[in-house]
Amino acid sequence: MRKYLPIIISLASLILLSQSVEAQCKGFAKKLCKLELAPYIHDGNYHAAILTEGEEAELYKTFYTDQRYRIAICGAEALPAVEFQIVDAYRNVLFDNREHDMASTWDFSLESSQQLKVVVNVPVSGTQAEFPNSGCVAIMFGFQEE
Amino acid sequence: MQYNNLRFQIIGLLLITGVLLAIPSCRSDRSRQGGREVSLGDFLTEEDIFDDIDRAKKIFYSLPSPLETAMLLKSTGIDYDEMLLNDLSSVERYATSKSKALNLGIYTTDLSFASLFDQAQTSLNYMDATRRLATEMGIDDAIDDETLRRLEENLDNRDVVMDIISETFLNSSSYLKENDQQQVAAIVLVGGWVEGLYIGSQMAGENPPEESRLVDRLAEQKLSFSIVERMLEDNRLDAGGQENRDIAELIDELQVLKAAYDNIEVQTSAVTVEEDEVTPEVASLKSQTIIHVTPEAFRELQSAVRSLRTNFVQ
Repeated sequence: MRKYLPIIISLASLILLSQSVEAQCKGFAKKLCKLELAPYIHDGNYHAAILTEGEEAELYKTFYTDQRYRIAICGAEALPAVEFQIVDAYRNVLFDNREHDMASTWDFSLESSQQLKVVVNVPVSGTQAEFPNSGCVAIMFGFQEE
Repeated sequence: MQYNNLRFQIIGLLLITGVLLAIPSCRSDRSRQGGREVSLGDFLTEEDIFDDIDRAKKIFYSLPSPLETAMLLKSTGIDYDEMLLNDLSSVERYATSKSKALNLGIYTTDLSFASLFDQAQTSLNYMDATRRLATEMGIDDAIDDETLRRLEENLDNRDVVMDIISETFLNSSSYLKENDQQQVAAIVLVGGWVEGLYIGSQMAGENPPEESRLVDRLAEQKLSFSIVERMLEDNRLDAGGQENRDIAELIDELQVLKAAYDNIEVQTSAVTVEEDEVTPEVASLKSQTIIHVTPEAFRELQSAVRSLRTNFVQ
């Protein structure tokens, strides 16, 4: 039994570490990213994950008329500024934050309801680190009645 | 002994031959992505690139939350009807993980709906029901005493009430997703979304007018239904690769809704971005959506939603 002890301890540490990183992600989304939505009301949905430099994420959502939306994309401090694009079903890029000083939010309303895709990319930083940085990235939506 | 050596040599030779044969066949499989042969000299289309990336990417599917669902319904100009909400006394009888998750979503939509119509006491009652279900599901910190106290003190302030509902839903969904209960989180969302469909379709009545914002709003939910399908398919297998029975069952149950939506046509044009003249800081997305829903198709949708929701709240 004693010879398995280091393995058990290592596994337990790994599990605890991953849980603590996830918990940080939840706290990051709730305490920091949500603030970016004000004065819009957060819809209550939770979309956050640990991403590494060079990784991408996609989110699919239908947006409806009669409402104004704010999308907020936040990345942890360890990550370079997160890039994001909003794309329609015809693959037209409607917004690219690289053309807007890496803005972390975008406000919009719709003439007719649409299914849109949000593409999020964590760029690779210029630093010569041995391992790429990882951190929490949250995608949050707020809305207001028009 | 000599026989044994010969046997090992033959086995070794077969293994090496097998490995050599396997290498080109692996390459051949990789080059057949997307169902057609591609060679190194071919150009990849955008579709091929997306096909390749999608498998490696983190994918999120976002449904209208209970709060957004209630807001979308209210914006069509409907009235409040408490009779349509799920009976509070039913909270006692939800025993399975699936029924608890579905009804956590359903009660949260009911809570949001009541709050948007300033129904103070009903909002408190439904907050209490969602708290009971959340606690039974192990989500202890979703709605604490402090949340209930804050709600009671601010029942006349709709913005604060909406913020509290948003916070409690965020607490439960983040708890489920971060505790390897993605499937349960997906079921909660489907429950809340179907409740919105139920309230809306019942409000529309048997013979809604031809030009009805509410009917259009319900038809447009076909766009979200495609997201429901993808989200559930993505959650069909649990972390261990086993089929999740609750999700598989829910996919089957939703077939009635799929059949109803197959008879409703929703087409969207490409989007252009313009600056809003009144509020230039808010971009205006210009596009057209063509909705075609016959009275028969709408009645079929109403019936599908009613039977699905009855099944959920039983």
